Amino acid sequence: MENVNESAPILKVEHVKKSFGDLHVLKDISFDLKAGEVLSIIGPSGSGKSTLLRCLTQLETFEAGEVRVDGKDMVVPNTSAKGPAVKYAPAKTLRDIRLSTGLVFQNFNLFPHLTVLQNLTLAPIRVLHASREESRALGLRLLKQMGLEGKEKAYPCELSGGQQQRVSIARALALKPKILFFDEPTSALDPELTGEVLKIIKKLAEDKMTMVIVTHEMAFARDVANKVLFMDQGVVVEQGTPDFVFNQSQNKRLSSFLERFSRA
Amino acid sequence: MSDLSNLLPILWGGFCTTLAIFGLTLLFSIPLGLLIAVLKMSKWRVVRYPVSFYISVMRGTPLLLQIVAIYFGSYYLSEYAGVDFSFDRFPAVIVAFSINYAAYFAEIFRGGIQSIPKGQYEAAYMLGMTRTQTFFRIILPQVVKRVVPASANEVITLVKDTSLAQVIAVTELFALAKKQQAAYASIYPLFVAGVFYYVANLLLSVLFAYVERKLNYYK
Repeated sequence: MENVNESAPILKVEHVKKSFGDLHVLKDISFDLKAGEVLSIIGPSGSGKSTLLRCLTQLETFEAGEVRVDGKDMVVPNTSAKGPAVKYAPAKTLRDIRLSTGLVFQNFNLFPHLTVLQNLTLAPIRVLHASREESRALGLRLLKQMGLEGKEKAYPCELSGGQQQRVSIARALALKPKILFFDEPTSALDPELTGEVLKIIKKLAEDKMTMVIVTHEMAFARDVANKVLFMDQGVVVEQGTPDFVFNQSQNKRLSSFLERFSRA
Repeated sequence: MSDLSNLLPILWGGFCTTLAIFGLTLLFSIPLGLLIAVLKMSKWRVVRYPVSFYISVMRGTPLLLQIVAIYFGSYYLSEYAGVDFSFDRFPAVIVAFSINYAAYFAEIFRGGIQSIPKGQYEAAYMLGMTRTQTFFRIILPQVVKRVVPASANEVITLVKDTSLAQVIAVTELFALAKKQQAAYASIYPLFVAGVFYYVANLLLSVLFAYVERKLNYYK
């Protein structure tokens, strides 16, 4: 049994680079995160935030750098002369990593033909091979935690956007991920529904859920996080504590971004 | 009108053949159509191109010709190429109808599959589901709902297309009605046959309306 080092980061990202053709969307991204910490990623549209998230959740591939999730390397250096600088780990490792990372999408992506509870139990039953009763109980417990008691038999289309997003958080949590990623979780919601989703995420943070959140909600990004990362044009311009990033940093690009936001 | 009591049992016999062509064609063409739809979306050109060619031939030539080609084609193969195999009339009709309808169903299914948002695949992927699980548990159930209206069209057309089987002397409903037309020296038997087709399709329309309503439990 490996000795678990409490202070070792659960997510380590080093020098990650990605391009779409000639367009370099991620240029040398590095940061790390310890278990129980919350990282907010902010930055203007097109800065590469979502692409970064999609690389970390394996929905996109990157060409260079290192990503280590819970001690497992997503890529290894490519020793052959051709191709990108890294090659991906074996499928089994990638799957293990994927199962230890959950993703909450901007537009929920719930399965419309399944009930709320079926959305939550599908993966535990079919992927983790948990028993039906156990999965059902877990699903109902998660719904309660999300403030959605009694909605288990509803179909996603019968719920409000805020409720749907809470179901999708519950669906991700049903696999007991070690890190939960959020890709602009409130951007598809009406302003009055944003609050109920943010409240749930704050509660998860209090329960020491490790999270990486891409968001345009600046007040939320500041309040919920232990660490904030400001990206612009594919680079990490500034990172640090919320107080540092929002109040102390003298960086010009950051201050003009925050200024634009406070005016909007 | 007393003719009707003689005519009905005869036409009913033909209608049973018509139903057999109809049922067997659906039985084979729907799964085959699904398979062809998946192959047509293959990332390999060596798979995609032949499948596209097959679909274009099936849709671009008359079904009548295809029935003749399958039946006589297999006959000539056995006669001259030394292949010891040829179709009887009825199996030839079933094969021709199945591969023809499979091409149409394939295009309907492909449209349905491609209309499912990418996010559904990504969500399933993030939940660790395999590609097979994703297709059968997430994609296909949603495709079914989307393809029911277009498929209903094909199914109803099939009922009427069965009359083409007479080209290789399979005695289905229309062939028998034509024989009776000669015997009666009246087009009256043809009208009765028309009623058979109409009632069958009326029932199918009701069935499809019911299925559509049943699948409407989500948007």
